[in-house]
Amino acid sequence: MKSPEDIQNEIIEEFTFLGDDREAMINYIMELGERLEPLKDSDKVEDNIIKGCQSKVWLISELKDGKVHFTADSNTSITKGLISLLIRVLNDRSPKEIIDTDLFFMEKIGMSNMIGSQRSNGFVSMIKKMKIFALAYQGQLQKE
Amino acid sequence: MSKEKEIIQIDSIRKDFPVLSEIVHGKNLIYFDNAATTQKPKAVVEALNEYYYHDNSNIHRGAHTLADRATKAYEASRENLAKWFNAESSDQIIFTRGTTDGINLVAATFGKQFISEGDEIVLSTMEHHSNIVPWQMLCESVGAKIKVLPINEKGEIDLEKAEKVFTDKSKLLAVVHVSNALGTINPIPELTKMAREKGAKVLIDGAQSASHLDVDVQKLDCDFFVCSAHKMYGPTGLGVLYGKRDILEKMNPYQGGGEMIKEVDFEGTTYNELPFKFEAGTPNIADVIAFNAALKYLQSIGRDRIREYENDLKEYGRKRLSEIENLKFVGDADQKTAIFSFLLGNAHAFDVGMMLDAKGIAVRTGHHCTQPLMKHYGIEGTVRASLTFYNTREEIDILVESLIDIDKKLN
Repeated sequence: MKSPEDIQNEIIEEFTFLGDDREAMINYIMELGERLEPLKDSDKVEDNIIKGCQSKVWLISELKDGKVHFTADSNTSITKGLISLLIRVLNDRSPKEIIDTDLFFMEKIGMSNMIGSQRSNGFVSMIKKMKIFALAYQGQLQKE
Repeated sequence: MSKEKEIIQIDSIRKDFPVLSEIVHGKNLIYFDNAATTQKPKAVVEALNEYYYHDNSNIHRGAHTLADRATKAYEASRENLAKWFNAESSDQIIFTRGTTDGINLVAATFGKQFISEGDEIVLSTMEHHSNIVPWQMLCESVGAKIKVLPINEKGEIDLEKAEKVFTDKSKLLAVVHVSNALGTINPIPELTKMAREKGAKVLIDGAQSASHLDVDVQKLDCDFFVCSAHKMYGPTGLGVLYGKRDILEKMNPYQGGGEMIKEVDFEGTTYNELPFKFEAGTPNIADVIAFNAALKYLQSIGRDRIREYENDLKEYGRKRLSEIENLKFVGDADQKTAIFSFLLGNAHAFDVGMMLDAKGIAVRTGHHCTQPLMKHYGIEGTVRASLTFYNTREEIDILVESLIDIDKKLN
């Protein structure tokens, strides 16, 4: 399995290929979102919501064989695409790996105005939530 | 020459706003976020430079030439604002940090003194959070209640229903002049009449009207009018509170400090006269002076011409946007400014906004700080294009083409 760093570098390469074409970049992000593993409607409930100023994100996780599996969705196509990138980097890894991963790809692919400036876009809260899930699972594993 | 071009010298006006020549994502910037903040003409930036390079000094007390120059320029701005709003006198013009600050000032002074338990404050469904939260905070502390004027589907205050909202307990009507989220121009004279019949005072949130409508505070017969300089082509962090003299005089000061006092003794302090009673501390001198440059700039074009031109943009924009089959206006009042709030099919406003940005078009998306209004429509937010006199019909055409393209991708 590739390391989170490798996958982030892959993502950066894909986006570098798109160059400065902002529209192409957004279209690509939305395409990625469409390929995201679907989240059951029954999981799109208040408890699983990460609220942002503009977009909503639903995120669930489960621990399988010591690895964390994430499933997520969003009510906006762009956020959904951005989520799919996060999941690509962090999915099915050990809690420790998730906690230790330094996420650097967002800055490099110039998504800052899609996430950073939109103060509380669900995306930023989502990173936090993924790490919190990982922390909780790590605690659980240590007890076992 | 097309009709709208005869109204103002649009090409030369656009050159007065350097930011309009920005290239965004390889495209010419189309700035349609004027309800959030307007761009600044060169004259405003030059006035700031001029002040800091040549006149910088504290005002109202220095015994030297620079202090005199700065004081004169500062007070000239107040004079011109009084003229702009047709205030009875310039000492009824108080400088604040902005519309929000102005409302908070009134809530903390007039509110605390004259609104008490059981009293009612009347707001409308379309208020900006800044004209809701300060009153809620006041209500919590004094035990007053908020009553809300309902609106119809077009985003207009329902006057028949409004009449029933006012009671003998109504102490204040605080209402937005032009809705930032919908562009609706509210019927202030009718509402003021209802408020007056019950003996209530009237505060008008003029953030979106101050530079787009011909605001005459005496004709409006309001007790308070608040607005922000940055939405009037002036600097950020500055605003104006106009008040009727008798009320301002009865009101306690907002903040204590220098400037606002007449005499200070440890036994007690006497307060300065209007407007200084409400301007504690060294004010935002540079921005106040630059604000006057913005006003003079608007005066040089002419308010009537600006209004006529913006009306033309509104009519043209409404017509062109209506041609997009999947576009649904949120609020389509008969009386409105060139603010268009809409949704595109089932597409999320945020996606539409980001895709427009990729095409160099700046709009705002979201709830526009009017969550109760969004709840009324049962939506989370809208896409809002807000236009002003440096925008053009051509830019509207590009917006429409872009939306048609985005609609194909998202719906």
